[in-house]
Amino acid sequence: MSAEPNPPMARSKKRQPRDDEPRRPRGRRAPIVELNDVTKVYAGGHMALDRVSLAIGRGEFVFLVGPTGCGKSTLIKMLIRELATTEGTVKIAGRDIGALPEKKIPQLRRNIGTVFQDFKLLPDRTVYDNVAYALQVIGASRAEIREQVPQTLRLVGLSTKLHSYPDQLSGGEQQRVSIARAFVNHPPLLLADEPSGNLDPVTSIGVMQLLYRINKTGTTVLVVTHDREMVDNMQRRVVELYEGRVVRDEVSGGYTEESTTEFGLRMRAEMGVGHQGEGQSNGHGQDALI
Amino acid sequence: MSRLIFFLQEAIRALRRNAAPSLAAIITTVVTVVLLGVLIPIFQTAQAKSDQVRGELNFQVALYADATHAEIVSLEKELKAIPHVDSVELITKSQALKELKETLGADKSKELTSQLNENPLPASFKIIPDDAANLAGIRAAIIPTGPNGKPQPISSIIDKIFDRQDESSKIAQVTSALKIVLTVITVLLILASLMLVSNTIRLSIYTRRREVEVMRLVGATRWFIRWPFMIEGVVVGFTGGLVAILILWLGKITIVDPLSNTFSFLAAQNNSTLNFPAMIAILFAAAVLVSTIGSGVTLRRFLKV
Ligand SMILES: Nc1ncnc2c1ncn2[C@@H]1O[C@H](COP(=O)(O)OP(=O)(O)O)[C@@H](O)[C@H]1O
Ligand SMILES: [Mg+2]
Repeated sequence: MSAEPNPPMARSKKRQPRDDEPRRPRGRRAPIVELNDVTKVYAGGHMALDRVSLAIGRGEFVFLVGPTGCGKSTLIKMLIRELATTEGTVKIAGRDIGALPEKKIPQLRRNIGTVFQDFKLLPDRTVYDNVAYALQVIGASRAEIREQVPQTLRLVGLSTKLHSYPDQLSGGEQQRVSIARAFVNHPPLLLADEPSGNLDPVTSIGVMQLLYRINKTGTTVLVVTHDREMVDNMQRRVVELYEGRVVRDEVSGGYTEESTTEFGLRMRAEMGVGHQGEGQSNGHGQDALI
Repeated sequence: MSRLIFFLQEAIRALRRNAAPSLAAIITTVVTVVLLGVLIPIFQTAQAKSDQVRGELNFQVALYADATHAEIVSLEKELKAIPHVDSVELITKSQALKELKETLGADKSKELTSQLNENPLPASFKIIPDDAANLAGIRAAIIPTGPNGKPQPISSIIDKIFDRQDESSKIAQVTSALKIVLTVITVLLILASLMLVSNTIRLSIYTRRREVEVMRLVGATRWFIRWPFMIEGVVVGFTGGLVAILILWLGKITIVDPLSNTFSFLAAQNNSTLNFPAMIAILFAAAVLVSTIGSGVTLRRFLKV
């Protein structure tokens, strides 16, 4: 499995700036996620999102917060086109996904790892096979699967549960399988809908640490959470929704390399984990994680 | 190639993990195929029998004894020109007597000959219609009602029409009703089988609709999801069809074949209408097709995500 993003991501990567265009510094291409006045009205007439505009740059780590029912999951679902917008456009890597033909949707979803609020594991498959499925859909070879799946499961701390079925796992373990599946093919964008929603504080820190490490490999991460303390501690960009509207978008609470490192150290200290992975986090080192 | 192996593995996994619905689908297929395999030959035989009976229905047009050869030839032409007349056959006086003697048997015909000094039977035309239902129409065409309201035969050499009219029209009615009933039952049976099999498949897929949605959400293409289900359908149809054919074949050699030596009704089905291997092949192909297409079609609904 190559860590290189597949289309449609690749397309915007190849795009050459025209001469009359101001040249952007490297790495400052079209935002990976861009919502323009996105409105979602459900069949019953309930307006779940109300003219939401939002841009997330590559490599960012963004929290999406807000009370239950404010539209967080709805927003996540729009990003993988599980739902269509009622109005407005959603762009992923510069491409309007609302205009994406039916046939291209699987391709879009393969480039976005999603941790679903309800995990969405396949009940008939073991932990190993659930994670492997994400590689099978992209046509990875058996050798690649045999290599990647155990590595990713080790990363989420599930090495001993490879052959368990989802109904034999705790909520937290299922959540981590869901994370492993979302990340096993190293997508450029990772969405996590309340990944620590039903976890105890310790496990929840573990999950956040995991997402943090994933972000360090260059993956853009958008995390929906209720955990106020976590959000405050991590000092990352926070987007807050209230009744379907963006009411707060703090681009950075002191988002610097320093604070990232500090945060990382604190996380490791808390989890009692050593210094593995540090120093390889250059935003492109997709291999650093594994 | 490795894709094919993957899809096969997926199908087998699904069959194993969903043993109960898979088994239900297979049993449904077995029952339906066996039912069709027993009833279709029976219906075919009944149809053939009734066709045979209808084919034998006819009537005769008796001619006056003084009819000349020229008159007879020209009447034959006229009769043949009547719509729905399949064949016209001249039975001369001597032929009629000969037939009568044959029906009576040697003893009685000797007695008959001794009593008669002259052949009392008229020459006649035997009219066979293309279908028993047209008997009455042809009869009316040969002896239409004249302007004075009395029957007026189309030729002056026609004496009368004789047959077992009541009986033949009754047979014609009963057999055509039978034909319709059998056709309707066969069609209903086939429809019911199709619905039964596809419904069982739908049920087994329905329990897995969430799974299909999840597959879609992690980036599986429609065909990537569909192939294992289709292969599952093939396996179900194949297994069910095979078991059913085994049962039918055993039934044929242990029950039908020995009995057909005794009952001509059963024998008829072996040599004339029913081609056992052909029916088996068709039923088998149908079982596989229906369950495969059934899987594919049912899946469509859940692939919309
Ligand atoms: N499929 C649906 N049909 C109708 N209303 C829905 C549907 N899904 C969510 N909603 C409503 O939309 C609002 C936002 O839901 P959601 O995005 O799930 O909120 P949350 O921020 O808790 O994830 C809620 O009021 C919810 O009741
Ligand atoms: Mg939610």
